[in-house]
Amino acid sequence: MDIIVCVKRVPDTETRVRFSDGATEIELEGVKYIVSPYDEFALEAAFRTTEAGGGGQVTVITLGDESSQETLRAALAAGADAALLLRGSVTMDGLATAKALAAELETRDEQLVLFGVKAADDDQQQVGPMVATLLGRPCATNVTSFEVDEGVVRCERDVEGGTEVVELDLPAVVTLTKGEFELRYASLKGIMAAKRKPLDVKDADLPEARLEVVRLDYPPERPEGRIIGEGPEAVPELVRILRDEANVL
Amino acid sequence: MGDVLVIAEQRDGKMRPVTNEVVRVAAAMAQGLGGSAHALILGGPGVGEQAGDLGGFGAEVVRVAEDPALERYVPEIHAAVIAEAVGSRDYAAVFFSATALGKDLAPRVAALVDVPLASDVTHLEVDDGRLFGTRPIYGGKALARIGFEASPALLSLRPNVFGADGCQAEGRIEPFAAAIPDGVRTRIVDFRPAESGSVDVSEASVIVSGGRGMKGPEHWGLLEDLQKALGPGTALGASRAVVDAGWRPHGEQVGQTGKTVAPKLYFAVGISGAVQHLAGMRTSQTIVAINKDPDAPIFAVADYGIVGDASEILPRLATEIRALRSEG
Repeated sequence: MDIIVCVKRVPDTETRVRFSDGATEIELEGVKYIVSPYDEFALEAAFRTTEAGGGGQVTVITLGDESSQETLRAALAAGADAALLLRGSVTMDGLATAKALAAELETRDEQLVLFGVKAADDDQQQVGPMVATLLGRPCATNVTSFEVDEGVVRCERDVEGGTEVVELDLPAVVTLTKGEFELRYASLKGIMAAKRKPLDVKDADLPEARLEVVRLDYPPERPEGRIIGEGPEAVPELVRILRDEANVL
Repeated sequence: MGDVLVIAEQRDGKMRPVTNEVVRVAAAMAQGLGGSAHALILGGPGVGEQAGDLGGFGAEVVRVAEDPALERYVPEIHAAVIAEAVGSRDYAAVFFSATALGKDLAPRVAALVDVPLASDVTHLEVDDGRLFGTRPIYGGKALARIGFEASPALLSLRPNVFGADGCQAEGRIEPFAAAIPDGVRTRIVDFRPAESGSVDVSEASVIVSGGRGMKGPEHWGLLEDLQKALGPGTALGASRAVVDAGWRPHGEQVGQTGKTVAPKLYFAVGISGAVQHLAGMRTSQTIVAINKDPDAPIFAVADYGIVGDASEILPRLATEIRALRSEG
């Protein structure tokens, strides 16, 4: 079965974020970029599905500027067969992003579209189910594992209080969280092969953003903490403070 | 005009505490916008019996959609009913709770009503008649203040950060006759509850988290004992390192690639405090760190710390807390 995986280029989660007063965007100089970690789970899930289920192509799509080609090459090196860059600028308006992706997906035949449950930069957790809704397809979010069988994708979802098992009729959209899908490393052979795989670029059909970032601020510093003491002897004082000063016990 | 609609969240016919919190802040914002707070409850027959309670948190109108098809959460059905309710009046804003369910539901409603969504908002204000929401980005390393150019403004609000004190008021209950969509292509076939009595880390008011400093999964009994001593509403959490090592399930992971939490009290035991982890728990009300290394970064965000071996400190802590709780 052919599968599409939508990925996003994001700053490394270990990156220190900097911006100046009154800025609406972070400073990009010196920032290292990665494929958003949840999208890696989606990629690995796609590879295992095609490997287990009689083949199929994995196509990776991203919305972004030219630098996102690097992200797509990384996905090709890990094992994707083809890539598509929808050129456009990503904003906080996830619905605009979803519309650009849906416009492309509508023209294609792949029955299964995978996303990471959220991007590690905006952390909005919304584009996957938005795309599904725009396309009128069923969607399961926060999925840890799934199986495709006879026109149905059967998903295990991590929900509050347990695991939900849900079946979606294909075509469908699934968003992945951390489960059993840890992305394989790209082999040297894979990296070499990636250079010859198709990477198409076209302009995204991206509507104007209707959510506006007015200002960025640093989170308030937490007040300086106190070391109560060392070892178990410090415990009674800690408990007293938690009860009498912090009022949390 | 100026009214704010809250999408209530219930489980097994009981209103969830987060909904009281969202209604309370909706009432405050609606006042600034020159309107009032409304709530919408969806559920099976009888769910409306809970409706009056929301008035006690400031909902002037409580709309109740009762239908056997709404008994369980089926995303397409719930989203369609809510989209209809949102479109039926001229709301200035619609608030969801940023729970696991709210995060699944809100984007679908946004796509149906064609309005963008700001997720997981941690601060709200009305300035010059306009609503602004603030939300953490880059794992909490920055806060983005968001303005809304489409109407209604759609937001989901992070649980536990707004607070919910009741007020003396009564809501007017109105039935909402929902059209249930057919041809739904999602079937919920099974639900396997996590271990009985356990609270999900994202819902807990107290969290006991363990990291690599616990030295091995066989020592988790010490954390479980502290969890029990702290009583119901306490959940276990874990750092990414111990989840990656296979010591604990991912459902317990707190951090940028796990869950974001804001409990009243957070214990970080044997957790060094990588930026990854801090991103997920730095908005906790009170943070206690227990770590062997006095230079561990976790002490920089913790309110209180004890330096030392967790295996010696945890039993004593459980004992002292039990003694305190039995004093009542």
